Amino acid sequence: MQTLYDKLWQSHVVHEESDKPDDMALLYIDRHLVHEVTSPQAFEGLKLAGRRPWRLDSILAVADHNVPTTGRSRGIRDPISRLQVETLDQNCEELGITEFRMNDLRQGIVHVIGPEQGATLPGMTVVCGDSHTSTHGAFACLAFGIGTSEVEHVLATQCLLLKKAKAMQILVEGELGHGITSKDIALAIIGKIGTAGGTGYAIEFAGGAIRALSMEGRMTLCNMAIEAGARAGMVAADDITIEYLSGRPFAPKGDLWEKAVTYWRTLKSDEGASFDKVISLDAAQVKPQVTWGTSPEMVTTIDGKVPDPSQIADVVKRHDMERALKYMGLAPNTPISEIRPDKVFIGSCTNARIEDLRISAEVVKGRHIAANIKLALVVPGSGLVKYQAEQEGLDKIFREAGFEWREPGCSMCLAMNDDRLAPGERCASTSNRNFEGRQGQGGRTHLVSPAMAAAAAVAGHFVDVREIY
Amino acid sequence: MEKFHSCKGLVAPLDRANIDTDAIIPKQFLKSIKRSGFGQNLFDEWRYLDHGEPGMSSGQRKLNPDFILNLPRYRGAQILLARANFGCGSSREHAPWALQDYGFRAIIAPSFADIFFNNCFKIGLLPIVLDAKNVDQLFREVQAEEGYCVVVSLEDQSVTTPGGEAFLFEVDPFRKHSLLNGLDEIGLTLQHVGEIKAFEEKHRAAQPWLFA
Ligand code: SF4
Repeated sequence: MQTLYDKLWQSHVVHEESDKPDDMALLYIDRHLVHEVTSPQAFEGLKLAGRRPWRLDSILAVADHNVPTTGRSRGIRDPISRLQVETLDQNCEELGITEFRMNDLRQGIVHVIGPEQGATLPGMTVVCGDSHTSTHGAFACLAFGIGTSEVEHVLATQCLLLKKAKAMQILVEGELGHGITSKDIALAIIGKIGTAGGTGYAIEFAGGAIRALSMEGRMTLCNMAIEAGARAGMVAADDITIEYLSGRPFAPKGDLWEKAVTYWRTLKSDEGASFDKVISLDAAQVKPQVTWGTSPEMVTTIDGKVPDPSQIADVVKRHDMERALKYMGLAPNTPISEIRPDKVFIGSCTNARIEDLRISAEVVKGRHIAANIKLALVVPGSGLVKYQAEQEGLDKIFREAGFEWREPGCSMCLAMNDDRLAPGERCASTSNRNFEGRQGQGGRTHLVSPAMAAAAAVAGHFVDVREIY
Repeated sequence: MEKFHSCKGLVAPLDRANIDTDAIIPKQFLKSIKRSGFGQNLFDEWRYLDHGEPGMSSGQRKLNPDFILNLPRYRGAQILLARANFGCGSSREHAPWALQDYGFRAIIAPSFADIFFNNCFKIGLLPIVLDAKNVDQLFREVQAEEGYCVVVSLEDQSVTTPGGEAFLFEVDPFRKHSLLNGLDEIGLTLQHVGEIKAFEEKHRAAQPWLFA
């Protein structure tokens, strides 16, 4: 009896040093996604060693981190960012790698476009020089982030030297309440197991509540697996997976499609397969989550309060909490609903897919952002998400509510382009990291779901989205 | 990759858990297309009082006198001592590059984030996992004694304190071998070209849609 992770691992082993489970194995990589930030040194290394990419058709490239979200036709203003994007363009052109350039409708955040194009398929190994590659695991594939040396390694050999992780199952049963999304599940899990809770594990999300999630919802969950410390997150393939992929440009067609689907249906953990660790969560108990600190595990529910460090016995923990509260400019015991953001960011590879935009638009429809909100941004995950949202009239709803409607990219998730927080500014953000300085030096990030970000925008403070939607 | 045998070095204590890669090297410095020069921006937001941008000369900037690495007694430190979950966050290899470029050769912590841990080995920076109580002891001793140095031996898998106490650590045999010899991993993998090609054929026959 095998877990899904066992199946994915075993079907890609090229070479094993021994049969000891702790030894490293050479694993074959099916899909290599590339972006501008972590690839230039890898391409350079490849060139210096006189090597060529092993399999061009396994690579898909896109620039997402540095791209501007306004005035794209004028190009990239910052010369250093521009050079990085141009370097990617040049490397792809020279080597013959498929790339969606900045002004291509298909351009977007690498973890949004892979699945959207059907370039991420069940049963694959998927890598990218980016930690949120775990997102793709939603498609029953083994997907994980790698460093630049490994990017070069995959380019040159189509393989990676890896040590098998332990397997963790996170079982979420029951039904999610109205207005509660998979982002809340993800934050609730991280609150429970901590940001290192998944270190050394590959996590499979399973149970009734997960099977009920759309692919968008599953991607959000797997995206956040890395914030729980796990390199990979995954969900078994089912009808929802298969239906999502049907007709996508890179997905198989005709007979091959039928053959593929037959195989994909086997991509689930066998009944009775054993995991090294199992964690359970009741979906019905999950409330809207809001982070109050500088790590995703510093999270509580909307009806909660900022914790009081003086109540914490562990010295290192207390110290961390005090530091976080100082950085966040928050007093102990402040009710979460009294925290007032200055900016709102709806975007990132966690929550910038069509479903995320739909639910946020529903919340803001007919309302307006509050007077204290200096800027509310919607940054779609890809050009195609943006296009679809416009077809559905979501852009109008956002604009009428006072939001800015931008071009796709990473944007204020990590503030490598011009979109960023000023020191001391507070943001309700649908992204995945609330680290110090993540959204701009001195910026204060509160991680929430898209529905909760939209609710905070119109209320001017954090509010239980269920009260207004 | 740089070889690593052993190193006797001054220890700098960074007493915080969950130090993330954004703190180790802030994103504005990730725009570089080079592999070197990141050391001057290691822990940029903690180390300097002003906001750093690429191209600024570090000599002109105001240092934060309270930041541990800026204290004269830790100048020239080669071993970084930290708390749990060091290196969490992004996959950026720029983080180990910056630590190495600054002059660190090894990092000691009770635990590391997976990708960061892995990235360190690729460049010859040694991440060492020690028991939390041993790490606690090291923190106490480093803080108590100026000029506190330890000897890290990869061969023996040990960290030896000035008092002669040796703490042993685990390291994967393959990684140890690569590090001791400074091996090129790509070159090693390419010794398996035949196997990779054979696998690819089998894989293509089983799942032809992956090769369309
Ligand atoms: S959206 Fe944010 S987390 Fe996702 S790839 Fe871009 S920078 Fe990384």
